[in-house]
Amino acid sequence: MGNRTILFDTHNSMGARIVPFGGWDMPLHYGSQLEEHHAVRKDAGMFDVCHMTVVDLTGDRVRAFLRHLLANDVARLQESGKALYSCMLNEQGGVIDDLIVYFMHETWFRMVVNAGTTEKDLAWLNRQAPAFDVTVNPRNDLAMIAVQGPHARHKALLQLPVPLQEPAADLQPFYAATAADWFVGRTGYTGEDGFEVMLPETEAVAFWQALADAGVRPCGLGARDTLRLEAGMNLYGSDMDETISPLEAGLNWTIAWEPAERAFIGRQALEARKGDPANRRFVGLVLIGRGVLRDHQKVFFNDREAGEITSGGFAPTLEKSIALARVSPEVSGECEVEIRGKRVPARVVRPPFVRNGKARVEV
Amino acid sequence: MSNVPNDLKYAKTHEWVRDEEDGTVVIGITDHAQELLGDLVFVELPEVGDTVDAGAECAVVESVKAASDVYSPVSGEVIAINETLVDTPETVNQDAFGDGWLFQVRLSAPAELDDLLDADAYSDVMESEAH
Repeated sequence: MGNRTILFDTHNSMGARIVPFGGWDMPLHYGSQLEEHHAVRKDAGMFDVCHMTVVDLTGDRVRAFLRHLLANDVARLQESGKALYSCMLNEQGGVIDDLIVYFMHETWFRMVVNAGTTEKDLAWLNRQAPAFDVTVNPRNDLAMIAVQGPHARHKALLQLPVPLQEPAADLQPFYAATAADWFVGRTGYTGEDGFEVMLPETEAVAFWQALADAGVRPCGLGARDTLRLEAGMNLYGSDMDETISPLEAGLNWTIAWEPAERAFIGRQALEARKGDPANRRFVGLVLIGRGVLRDHQKVFFNDREAGEITSGGFAPTLEKSIALARVSPEVSGECEVEIRGKRVPARVVRPPFVRNGKARVEV
Repeated sequence: MSNVPNDLKYAKTHEWVRDEEDGTVVIGITDHAQELLGDLVFVELPEVGDTVDAGAECAVVESVKAASDVYSPVSGEVIAINETLVDTPETVNQDAFGDGWLFQVRLSAPAELDDLLDADAYSDVMESEAH
């Protein structure tokens, strides 16, 4: 048995099929993964993401700490509530985790990290923090629920505590607002508009139920995966890990090279490899032939093995199979993927595949 | 609990077999199997004229979640396949024991039918796998 979130019994009463994920027992779907996927693209769905960890970082030098810790630069965060996506690297330039960090005020930043990496992330934070007198506080008292889809904000707003309703309604994308122990970010992992809501664990069941009553569909990890894959968003552990640098995971845009004197952890290793023509490319694939692309299938180009699929699956919005893949630099145009011993043609594209309900690649 | 019709025979690998009593059988995957797999998005069937062997893989069903091999419960020659599944694999989710059939085989060793499970024995298999 894995860890269970505060919503575990609620999931069961709503018909969830539970599977182990990152040490947790989580809902895979509540009947139909496809219908849940479409609900998020067309209306509103919600995800239990309590297994992820909220970490509050406080102290007078917390900004300096994060400028050292993260490959992206929190100097970009000047307005209260603004969020930033970043990788946290080791000295070799490998990805310890990818995360979102919110700037609340000069002595408080909030970070959200992956479930499966929480332990090592906290160990790493606790190792780096003392030099900056930063306090690392994992908020295990908070639950987190993501409400996503074109109608998600509208349906969720009235379910928020009254003092938070107006600030939440006014949020621009990638900003957050907070009131008491509630926290709402206009962020997500689906390629749709929506909120990620952190709230006291004791209030999570009632909030989930209120959202369901407001017409927000419960969605499992299955739909979460197909939605993020269509959105071209990386999954830690599949698309990158400690042996892969952001340069080979399609995350160059998250590395803040300027100012040149900012010595973030992993910078030296990345600079040594920056612009290296041998770096593998991180690309999207759309399957032309029949079948389904899956993780670890091999990619061939001009009859030579040229890389591997890191995340693959069926894209319900496109009704095609798609994948993210790490391939040799020469791969472009059309390639082949080996599916059960047969090579099937696929087209190389630039992710995302889908954003805001619309296809962004030709299928 | 999934539906397990009494007039069918079963393999412990979750295929069903319907005896047409003309030397042929129709084969599909059980309702329990489709439920475990979730929404199907792709089905790869053998070709008409192929020879299949009892216990050997001969088709693939893929859901949003994963790919799963289908094993032929009997030996013989494939005489028909359910081509509608190419465009509508979800038919297997909707009607696993009816319109969601996969292929039909002319038996080369009819005695193999006696080795298959009846509905009660298959229910026991489902039950034991649930624990």
